Amino acid sequence: MALEDVCGFEETLLHRKWFPASYLEDSATSYRTTDSYNSGLRQEKSVGNNGTPLHFLMPALPYSTTFNRRRSFPVPPANHSVTVRRPFPLSHGTTTLGFIFQGGVIAAADTRASAGGLVACPAVHKITPIHSHLVVTSSGSGADCMLWERILAREIRLYQLRHRRRLSIRGAAKLLSFMLHPFKGTEVCVALTLCGWDKEAGNTDCVQRSEDSFSQDATAIAHSASPHRGPKLIYVCSDGARLQGDVFSVGSGSPYAYGVLDRELRWTLSKDEAVSLAREAVFRATHRDAYSGNNVDLFLITAKGWSQRKREDLKEEYYRDMERRAKRVEERKRLTEIDASR
Amino acid sequence: MLSSHAFGDPGKMKDYHYAGPVEQRFSPYAFNGGTVLAVAGEDFAIVASDTRLSEGYSIHSRDSPKCYKLTDTTVIGCSGFHGDCLTLTKIIDARLKMYKHSNNKMMTSGAIAAMLSTILYGRRFFPYYVYNIIGGLDEEGKGAVYSFDPVGSYQRDTYKAGGSASAMLQPLLDNQIGFKNMEGVQHVPLTQDKAVQLVKDVFISAAERDVYTGDALRVCVITKEGIKEQTVPLRKD
Repeated sequence: MALEDVCGFEETLLHRKWFPASYLEDSATSYRTTDSYNSGLRQEKSVGNNGTPLHFLMPALPYSTTFNRRRSFPVPPANHSVTVRRPFPLSHGTTTLGFIFQGGVIAAADTRASAGGLVACPAVHKITPIHSHLVVTSSGSGADCMLWERILAREIRLYQLRHRRRLSIRGAAKLLSFMLHPFKGTEVCVALTLCGWDKEAGNTDCVQRSEDSFSQDATAIAHSASPHRGPKLIYVCSDGARLQGDVFSVGSGSPYAYGVLDRELRWTLSKDEAVSLAREAVFRATHRDAYSGNNVDLFLITAKGWSQRKREDLKEEYYRDMERRAKRVEERKRLTEIDASR
Repeated sequence: MLSSHAFGDPGKMKDYHYAGPVEQRFSPYAFNGGTVLAVAGEDFAIVASDTRLSEGYSIHSRDSPKCYKLTDTTVIGCSGFHGDCLTLTKIIDARLKMYKHSNNKMMTSGAIAAMLSTILYGRRFFPYYVYNIIGGLDEEGKGAVYSFDPVGSYQRDTYKAGGSASAMLQPLLDNQIGFKNMEGVQHVPLTQDKAVQLVKDVFISAAERDVYTGDALRVCVITKEGIKEQTVPLRKD
């Protein structure tokens, strides 16, 4: 797919033959009527073919103008006031988190996908590696996240092929944010946290400027010699937000995760402490949030790349926690009895 | 389809009481019921569906199976809105043919699953109201099941139920095939005969409790020898 674009394959006649979106286009024009019971399809006359994820069919709506522009990304109509009512719920609800510490970036997430009140899947992968030094945690609508991650991976690969260097994490976040911008206001619900490690320095004049305003704070100095190398954590969402930070938690369980993280999070954590903190945060969030649960996935990204911890079922952790509490209650009872007998 | 009564949640009837003036809009969707199930074994896969096609209180057909053969090693089960099921399978067949002619080989199960994901997401803003489950053999000959949501999110599973009785069947499969929520049970690998028997029992249970499931059960067993189909009668009421 990516290689086709680089070679300019999409412009050739052969490509139109292989992916004849034309058979749908012809019927779309015949469906295009102007009465209010219009339920035909209007197809974007965009360059992308029917096979790639960027080619969207829109329901033909009253009051919308004919949409016949050639763009590389499809754009939904501006006054999208009337939508077709969907008779099914889509997957939502999650707890994901990411934070930076001296040993790299930790990304952790639960594995439950809920659709309405039903657990659609108890073992979803919410953390996806994009390339060796970039991992994306997803929350929001399951299908949107999966497809937009795929689109992001494709565009990053295209950039790498065209410019012979890897796109920086900030660049990837900007690219994703600009790709999502046309869909602001539609039902697309995507909140991704890009967790990665930049190996090369980015733009050199940016480095000059930020060195001047470098604060003498211990953590800032510890954050590597150049602000463009090292661990990065950037949150991108379909509303248009793009934020760089040191700790992010996204999803319905995020308040609980933040509570646990804010207590213990420090730059100087060891790797094991950071892993156990992330695990604890997800565990407590899944305990309190109904839409999070099942297992916890944990990724650690360092200068050498990403590594994944074995997926852990939180059911066992819950039982171990119950046992610990029971033991503490027993201990307390025993001590009060000793005090009372004295 | 113009439906005589409005649907709230899929498959559930709206209560007949006066709730004030309601704007009636044409809904392009209808719910035609049906349940689909797929199980992946060590060297086989099973895709099963009931054959009842219903709408509201009526049964349109007692012989409308929801499994469609795609290649010699892949079967897809589609339940939900029958119109979208038909169109979707037509589109998949056309894309399979195109792939075969241009790449000189059949699409593998994993490739079909990825392609279906993009086809479904292409209709993100006017989705196909279809719950798909693909069952087949992967390149190594092991059983594979891919389950989808209506807008294209998918993943590979060992077993999955979809359709109107899915919420009832999935916990049963979790217990019997996944050995979940049981303590001290030996994890025996699933044989083909045991899997087929389990699927039949599971559908008999579904037909008891779900009104949209019944009439007959079509089971497709996919092995490296090919696809074998069998039909088992279910409750007709």
